[in-house]
Amino acid sequence: MTRPLIETINLKKNFGSLEVLKGVSEKIYPGEVVTILGPSGSGKSTFLRCLNLLEEPTSGQVIFEGTDITDKKVNLDQHRQKIGMVFQHFNVFPHLSVLENITITPILEKKVSKADAEEKAMKLLKMVGLDDKVNEYPRKLSGGQKQRLAIVRALAMEPDVMLFDEPTSALDPEMVKDVLDVIKKLADDGMTCVIVTHEMGFAKQVSDRVIFMDEGIIQEQGTPEEVFDHPKNPRTIEFLSKVLY
Amino acid sequence: MNLIAEIFDVAWRFRAVFFEGMLGTLQLASITVFFGTLLGALVALLRMSRSKILSTVAKLYIDIIRGTPMLVQLYIFYMFVPQMIPALKALNLPEYFYIVLSLVVNSAAYVSEIIRSGIQAVDKGQTEAARSLGMSASHCMTRIILPQAIKNILPALGNEFIMMVKETSLASTFYVNELMRTKIILQSTYFITWQSLFVIAIIYYVLTTILSKLVSLLERRLAVGD
Repeated sequence: MTRPLIETINLKKNFGSLEVLKGVSEKIYPGEVVTILGPSGSGKSTFLRCLNLLEEPTSGQVIFEGTDITDKKVNLDQHRQKIGMVFQHFNVFPHLSVLENITITPILEKKVSKADAEEKAMKLLKMVGLDDKVNEYPRKLSGGQKQRLAIVRALAMEPDVMLFDEPTSALDPEMVKDVLDVIKKLADDGMTCVIVTHEMGFAKQVSDRVIFMDEGIIQEQGTPEEVFDHPKNPRTIEFLSKVLY
Repeated sequence: MNLIAEIFDVAWRFRAVFFEGMLGTLQLASITVFFGTLLGALVALLRMSRSKILSTVAKLYIDIIRGTPMLVQLYIFYMFVPQMIPALKALNLPEYFYIVLSLVVNSAAYVSEIIRSGIQAVDKGQTEAARSLGMSASHCMTRIILPQAIKNILPALGNEFIMMVKETSLASTFYVNELMRTKIILQSTYFITWQSLFVIAIIYYVLTTILSKLVSLLERRLAVGD
């Protein structure tokens, strides 16, 4: 069996006295598309943010490509370059042009030449249909365009996995599809993706595996058919009955 | 009517003295804010440092300076510091130096809080995005956070300069050449008593008004980027 790309071992996270993650052990394999569902406060976003240590776990380990990145001795920046992340609120850099948003990190941290970085950025922008916005600043972009920019900004680092933290939750409804199309294309091209989302239809269509989280633990997981059509856990059933119309 | 004519008469006759005083004030305020910004940036870094000790020392410094009157600080720097610190005493530096030092130490406490709040006002998501891409902490600060924080910091620094234009009037107590000092000069040399006060007040008012117009201009310029 292949080695998991990311493995968490008994991951726990407390915010003060609040236990948000109560011990999550999970494996993500290369090429997998995993979506994480759950009500708000279930710990799904915290779990995702622990995978690249944006959130420092209270205890437990995160093994990325065989390295325990919770170890203080590892160079976390280097590992993070291999873990792309897309945020709910885009977090594009407003003081940099669309092109610079994409090229700044490869140039600074991977010592890629400016010309190479820009050529690559142009290709990525073309892929998401933003090639006419190269020299614009993010304030001129719509929410959907900002999110597509954020996705290619992460891709420019040539990550081995992409984490999506509710990538469409802050978008106007008519912008959602463009962004989901991009994610779907990535997934179809074999990118390992971990997606926290409320888009049930999308999760069903794109996932290899669906994880349902509640109260800080994984309550149920399986193929989309198993989880959506034949859920076993009463919490999953309750959740799905509320969100599926 | 007579009184107003007298004020204008004094203003005109001693325009050179007032002008020199005004330059002294602007010089003092500029030097203070310049070095106050350098020291303040350092203090802000310490204040935000992960080390508990460094951050506590910086906080103590800021609290003490902001919690005590400037005049008291000036007296301490003017009388105590040069006498009690042998290394400094040996240098035999001019009194002006100690006054400036005191003003800088005072200004740095305020500036450090300006810088700190300017940095903290930048959306946390910016740091998260940069660090998630694998950007180092120092690049994240210099390339992502500071360029955005500067928009919050620069206008506030302008306001600090305006504050300093007024605050430096306290230095007149210590024979430093600045605008407020002209009152004492005119009184002791020409027996001009109350008239100069109004001239001085008008000059301060005009200076601060012009400066705050410049600050709001700067603010609008910087806001264009948003």
